[in-house]
Amino acid sequence: MGINIAFWVFAAMAIAGALMVVTMHSLFRAALGLILCILSIAGLFITLSNEYLGIIQILIYIGAIAVLIIMAIVMTRDVEHSNRSSTYKLPAIVCSLAFIGIAIWTILNTKWVPKFTLSDTSLPAKSIGQMLFGQSGLVLAVEIAALLIMVAVIGAISVAKEK
Amino acid sequence: MDIGLTHYLVLSVLLFGVGLYGVLSRRNAVVILMCIELMLNAANLTLVAFSRYIFFYGQAIVIFSLVIAAAEVSVGLATIITFYRQRKNIDIKNINLLKW
Repeated sequence: MGINIAFWVFAAMAIAGALMVVTMHSLFRAALGLILCILSIAGLFITLSNEYLGIIQILIYIGAIAVLIIMAIVMTRDVEHSNRSSTYKLPAIVCSLAFIGIAIWTILNTKWVPKFTLSDTSLPAKSIGQMLFGQSGLVLAVEIAALLIMVAVIGAISVAKEK
Repeated sequence: MDIGLTHYLVLSVLLFGVGLYGVLSRRNAVVILMCIELMLNAANLTLVAFSRYIFFYGQAIVIFSLVIAAAEVSVGLATIITFYRQRKNIDIKNINLLKW
């Protein structure tokens, strides 16, 4: 019962944050909406009894990405109130509504067979560690991801450097 | 009614749709990056929901998706700031240097 209430509250907060991102005229408020949306998605991860990913979500998205985005907004300050929509507003609405309709229709017409229920609580962070670093794990993919983020950071520095 | 897999999937489709609308309709490059983050988050929510209810591996993929989101946003913001230095605005209509 508690999980039901938590789901509806977090879902409403996530949708509200997402709508703030696309409708607010001030860029700073749009960034705050993004933070609200990310926080409530972390809460949804916790209702899915995945506390580890919820904490990682807060640390990385709010601690790093949202701060980076706010820095960029501040550095491009004189265009702060330019969250205008383009001339393609109507096609954009039609596209996204069509996507939402088709995807929801597909989801509702598929017969999902859940193996676990929400009352199982046997999915700790340990299983993520075993998947990533275990015997038949994804160690190579972890190494490639580390290389990718290093290349991205060096590339970002060399692109943004003052000539 | 109990919360099930369908609820999470429908929620993430709604979030993805809002993000898609933002990417297609906004003109400020930073807002477009934020909407891409929204879409990535919606995909993460789908993966975690599937890993909770059906198949186990989704949690590990979410970690990689986080790494790629961080890389994408750092390179994207660096590009936007460079463009801002040269043109003094970040309107997506003016970013057409490679258009012919």
